[in-house]
Amino acid sequence: MTLWEKMKASPVLGGKEGVIGLAVLAAIIFVVLPLGVDIFRLNLIGKYLTYAFVAVGLVMLWGHGGILSLGQGIFFGLGGYAMAMFLKLEASDPLSTKIQSTPGIPDFMDWNQLTALPWFWEPFKSLPFTIFAVLTIPALFAYIIGYAMFKRRVGGVYFSIITQAIALILSILIVGQQGYTGGVNGMTDLRTMLGWDIRTDSAKYILYFVNGLLLFGAIFLSKYIMSSKFGMLLLAMRDKEERVRFSGYDVSNFKIFIFCLAAMMSAVGGAMFTLQVGFMSPSFVGIVPSIEMVIFCAVGGRASLIGAVYGTLLVNYGKTVFSETYPEMWLFLMGGLFISVVMFFPSGLAGIWDKYATKYGWFKDKAEPVKKPEVSIAEGEAQAVLTETTPETTLAAKTNDAVIKKATRKKAAPKQTEPAPAIDSNKMRGAEA
Amino acid sequence: MSNTDFVLAVEDLTVSFDGFKAVDSLTMYIDKNELRVLVGPNGAGKTTVLDLICGKTKSTAGSIKFNNTELTKLSEHEIVRSGVGRKFQNPSIYENLSVYQNLEVSYPKGRGVFGSLTFKRTKEVEDRVRKVAEDIMLTEFLDMESALLSHGQKQWLEIGMLLMQEPELLMLDEPVAGMSAKERDQTAELLNRICQNRSVIVIEHDMEFVKKIAHKVTVLHQGKILAEGPMEKVQADEKVIEVYLGH
Repeated sequence: MTLWEKMKASPVLGGKEGVIGLAVLAAIIFVVLPLGVDIFRLNLIGKYLTYAFVAVGLVMLWGHGGILSLGQGIFFGLGGYAMAMFLKLEASDPLSTKIQSTPGIPDFMDWNQLTALPWFWEPFKSLPFTIFAVLTIPALFAYIIGYAMFKRRVGGVYFSIITQAIALILSILIVGQQGYTGGVNGMTDLRTMLGWDIRTDSAKYILYFVNGLLLFGAIFLSKYIMSSKFGMLLLAMRDKEERVRFSGYDVSNFKIFIFCLAAMMSAVGGAMFTLQVGFMSPSFVGIVPSIEMVIFCAVGGRASLIGAVYGTLLVNYGKTVFSETYPEMWLFLMGGLFISVVMFFPSGLAGIWDKYATKYGWFKDKAEPVKKPEVSIAEGEAQAVLTETTPETTLAAKTNDAVIKKATRKKAAPKQTEPAPAIDSNKMRGAEA
Repeated sequence: MSNTDFVLAVEDLTVSFDGFKAVDSLTMYIDKNELRVLVGPNGAGKTTVLDLICGKTKSTAGSIKFNNTELTKLSEHEIVRSGVGRKFQNPSIYENLSVYQNLEVSYPKGRGVFGSLTFKRTKEVEDRVRKVAEDIMLTEFLDMESALLSHGQKQWLEIGMLLMQEPELLMLDEPVAGMSAKERDQTAELLNRICQNRSVIVIEHDMEFVKKIAHKVTVLHQGKILAEGPMEKVQADEKVIEVYLGH
């Protein structure tokens, strides 16, 4: 078997179409963009791609699991701040801060009359600890939120609202605790990582590629999870949570896990954001960025990992272009975009692609169209059966009467209202929230 | 509560919703390999009894023992894992998944988070899915998206999903609702086949169907047992006739 055949056969990659999709995305990120645009633009695209980590997490959490979190900015921010704390400490060595009243601590602490480094800043002097913190602290925070909510079976809109509230609380906290966090300005003037100047063009190129590789790592990990029984259970839970619970699964554990994983991915994105952009501020933590991230995911197609990356790139490109020309209009445009995607293209760009790729037969070995069901039992027939049954005893006669009445009532109602495109109605559910 | 030889021993079970006793000091025993049918007018508490057994509703008082294990203190998934399967009134299947996947997801391995991540579709799983699919007459629909099944086939699929778990006690809430005459007969055969090595509780209104399957019938009325025994005996019971005539 050649490598190509092996890849095509892998259920994780999703067949020929999946492999081609990944290859095209890889070519765009690693070849076309670096060759096609200057380093300023490429750095900007690298910034967009850090949001794609959040979008990929949301595809699993929301698109597959039906859990809409409007607080992914929390985890993006925590990851970003953890990295910023490390970089800020390195930028605040006693020599460069000798004009401060307390040299050796970050400048904003000095402005806020702090005279010593707070205890929780100490460990961030170490890069290994910082990386560890980026991977674990947001996930741990997600675990606490997830445990508290999913074990109590808080879900749907309530979950979304609570995550949004937490995002707001965290951003207010960061702004309020200026001495510890840098307040509304965030942490700026970040320069080097272990002596390596991250502001140079060559560093920006390297960080861009590292970011791209990590993003592909996140996509592969997600693809693996989606193709496992876990992925199937996520879809099942979105569809019929009770049925999953009464099939012997502790539904809350699955939700907690996927929420933590999405949080961890967001945090990696946040850390890469700080490295590439050179600062971190509360404006990437609160409600607005959290909702924007959901929009990236929705535009790309909330069930498609690759779609989410394109969605992120496209919306951010739009944002950059439009906010340069019509800065006030952008938010309205974004809102309109979200509404129209939800209403007209619930599967986003990926849905449009699937529709046309199939229509023009670009992927011949795609799954065969589903078999047509056998002619289902006609409505009237079932009714007739009920009336046909001849009651033999008094009890039977009486109960049958009751049955017929009940059944007629019951049958008439659900059959008519039966939602034909069940998939769409499910997809809408999350979006409506 | 004492230990018994019964698969299921429900004793003095009561649940009250804001003072209204939906199930009132109910005592009922189910034998091994028995197929019991619960009948009763609307609001008699039939579905509530199943909800109580499978843990969907918590009881106010009383005990439910399954193989002498107290169920009232267990959570839903623990009850399922101890061997109780429950089919809901409206067919509850995963419409986005294929028939095969619906059955595979119900296979009782890889039930934890990490177990499900490392779960492999082995020969054993494959065989089991095919065997159950044959039992529920859906072999030729295995690759079809389950949303496209007919109403009756969805009912069978849900029964199949329970069979995948090989429960010792199977509870079916109106399994033939919305089925054609032919499908009803097939379902009756299916139920007679699957209760060979397990106990089954069925809620059903269709008396013709009940006659075909029931070993014993329990008539519920206002949360209490009105009569219990073989079909003929129950049908001749004065109180039962009165309850049904009175409505």
